[in-house]
Amino acid sequence: MIMAEYLIPYISPWLAYLLVGLVQCGLLLTVVLLVAAVCNWLERKVSARIQDRLGPTRTGGRFGWLQSPADGIKLLTKEDLVPAAADRRLFLIAPYVSFAISLAVYLAIPWAGGNAFSADPQKAHDWTCVRLDAAVFFIMAVSGLEVFGVILGGYASGSKWSLYGAMREAAQVISYEIPLGLCVVIPVLIAGTMDLVQMGNQQSGWFWNWYLLHDPFTFATFWIYITCAVAHTNRAPFDLPEAESELVAGFLTEYSGFRWTIFFMAEYGAMFAISALAAILFLGGWNGPIPVAQILGLTWEHGAIAGYAGDVLGFCNLFAKASAGVIFMMWLRWTLPRLRIDQVMTTCLKYCLPLASIMLAGVLAWNFTLPGRMFFGISPGSPPRMEKQAETMDESSSEGVAVSLSRDPQERIANWQFQIANCKLND
Amino acid sequence: MDFERGIREADETDLRTDELVINMGPQHPSTHGVLRLVLRTDGEVVSEIVPHIGYLHRSAEKIGENLSPRQFLPYSDRLDYLAAMNMNLGWALTVEKLLGMEVSEKCRHLRTIVCELDRISSHLVAAGCYGLDLGSFTPFTWTFREREKILNLFEAICGARLTYSYITVGGVTADAPPGWLKQVEEFLDEFTPVIDELHAVLTSNSIFIQRTAGVGVLSPEKAVDYGCSGPVLRGSGVGWDMRRDGEPIYARMYEGYKFEVIASVNGSYPQDEKYPPVPVEAIVGDSWHRFYVRMLEVVQSMKIVRQAIEKYSQCGGDVGKPIALKMKLPKGESYLETEAPKGQMGFMIIGDGTPVPWRVRIRSSSFCHASVIPELCRGLLIADVPAIVGSLDVVLGEIDR
Repeated sequence: MIMAEYLIPYISPWLAYLLVGLVQCGLLLTVVLLVAAVCNWLERKVSARIQDRLGPTRTGGRFGWLQSPADGIKLLTKEDLVPAAADRRLFLIAPYVSFAISLAVYLAIPWAGGNAFSADPQKAHDWTCVRLDAAVFFIMAVSGLEVFGVILGGYASGSKWSLYGAMREAAQVISYEIPLGLCVVIPVLIAGTMDLVQMGNQQSGWFWNWYLLHDPFTFATFWIYITCAVAHTNRAPFDLPEAESELVAGFLTEYSGFRWTIFFMAEYGAMFAISALAAILFLGGWNGPIPVAQILGLTWEHGAIAGYAGDVLGFCNLFAKASAGVIFMMWLRWTLPRLRIDQVMTTCLKYCLPLASIMLAGVLAWNFTLPGRMFFGISPGSPPRMEKQAETMDESSSEGVAVSLSRDPQERIANWQFQIANCKLND
Repeated sequence: MDFERGIREADETDLRTDELVINMGPQHPSTHGVLRLVLRTDGEVVSEIVPHIGYLHRSAEKIGENLSPRQFLPYSDRLDYLAAMNMNLGWALTVEKLLGMEVSEKCRHLRTIVCELDRISSHLVAAGCYGLDLGSFTPFTWTFREREKILNLFEAICGARLTYSYITVGGVTADAPPGWLKQVEEFLDEFTPVIDELHAVLTSNSIFIQRTAGVGVLSPEKAVDYGCSGPVLRGSGVGWDMRRDGEPIYARMYEGYKFEVIASVNGSYPQDEKYPPVPVEAIVGDSWHRFYVRMLEVVQSMKIVRQAIEKYSQCGGDVGKPIALKMKLPKGESYLETEAPKGQMGFMIIGDGTPVPWRVRIRSSSFCHASVIPELCRGLLIADVPAIVGSLDVVLGEIDR
């Protein structure tokens, strides 16, 4: 939105905002479509490696890198079939619901740190489409809506197999939302904020600053998060809504051609988004295991070019971590058999949910009894950049938005109490 | 007042859901060909299941009554097309029994080699497809990679990869080409470590165990009652194998061979090497045991092939010659059951003095196994249906003769 303000002197404001919005939409769409295309190709290659095959080798020269566009063209030219028994309108609209929601998640994902906490608010910017104070909340809320597209598609197909797929999706995704939400709350609790940009910046420095290594509970939480994320995105071994050997293709049974592609792009989009969220929440986001950018001086203190270079590095970092998450999901898919629906629900309600609750309680206890202590007793202290941010935020903000950024636990607790007291007063 | 209470009660108690009749197959990814199952389900629970057969019916028996035994041989390939060698063998032995002829020792050992290789190939397909039924794609490609090597061996010996017509009435069509036995031994050496890989991704995988252990338990009594045979019967703990207990004309092929009949005895299997232990959840007769029996039988077959190669190399003489195409059949009937990979395969032939048999009848194990499906699947979930059908390993070419 900073870009729009540059344009305002020259053109009317609404046009400026519209233009900037369109540009951002275009960028976002490109990123998601590219991610989906690359994931598709990657899935072929990863599965081929696991299965002792070669996968695509010739499309587009070496490595079959043009396989996804070739597939896309093939699918686009297919007939857009609507079964006679289908609820035509809903059937046609369902893939778009799924895709739009999967895309909407990307609105709130920051791709690099930027200088979001610059002393000069005019120059402050970040690598997010829309920076939200409650980005975590937004992502959780929106990604949960994806189930609508699937239920709609399954219901509207007019096929019993599709209906089964849709009902399974409803049961599974809604159940797994609860432990997933609990897992997400844990880093939020440590960070004291729901702003992903802040959360990412809090983990800057060496890898032991990552929330994954914050304490044993967050470490365990990460694995619960992965389990729930796989279930939430309907990937094997939790791919029950489209279980091929049971439900033919589940909710996808009656879909073909372009609409089928849209569903698949939504799935890959969701996979990548949930991996990126895991990277930001647990794996330091755009901060690499070794703070290369800071060592090389590629920060905003050294000018805009250095800052941008550091951000590009950070972007690559986040992208690599999210891709690793996606590859991990593919690895699971091509290795494990599928669970049964009752076992899926058991896993959620008997294991993931209690474990996540225990982790939540554990993190709470850890942070109040052993404040600030890092995993394995390593206490690296606050990195210089953090303090600066904390200071600037303290100065610029009114009471208590960024106070929780402080690394001093006593102060943090005091701030929380202060905030709680404030809330009560306001009530 | 009463009216209101009535509505309230209806709201509270009307939790009954409608049953849904759903058609699984004949075009369904996990019905192994064209088996059609009609399911009556309440939610995910299957309350009733009815198998429908006949989608692959080609009148094989009737064709057999219009052709001479040697002309019918290619049709026997199409019965259990995943184990065509064993089908050829069953037919050839039945006719030989009727004719009262006997093949040379060398031919017997060669037949043993190809039949046991075919058994390995069939069990590999069963294992791979079973992984597929449970949603695990990778073992499928691994098993088909190994099966490919067996098919290459068969191609070298008879020119065909699926429908061999290699074992014929009176012997085999041609002796093994030079160097073929060495290739077989090389294959066996390559294949040995793959078995451990398959055990790692399937047998001992905890999701696999969760999906199969205790699912579809077929008690030994019921297995016998339904006429089950082969790995299904042995998976229920009944040690019955035609290779050991069959008629002399068939059992002679395995005379002097050292091999075990794989069946659970007091909860444990005869294990020559270390294989994954039986999980505590598994009950004898469940899907896991049926799968495990097949995996162990593969090892036994490998042992038999190795012994057969040795015996074959020591034999002199020829491997027999096919009988004349229009050889007159004697009056009389013969019936013989052989141990095909899927179970006992029975052929019956009645000759009336002409070259064309008066009656041909085929008894297939898959037919009996398919008839157990309703018994096993009742009250289980939809996801258990492929898990059970896959563990029974039915092949439709054999059911619809």
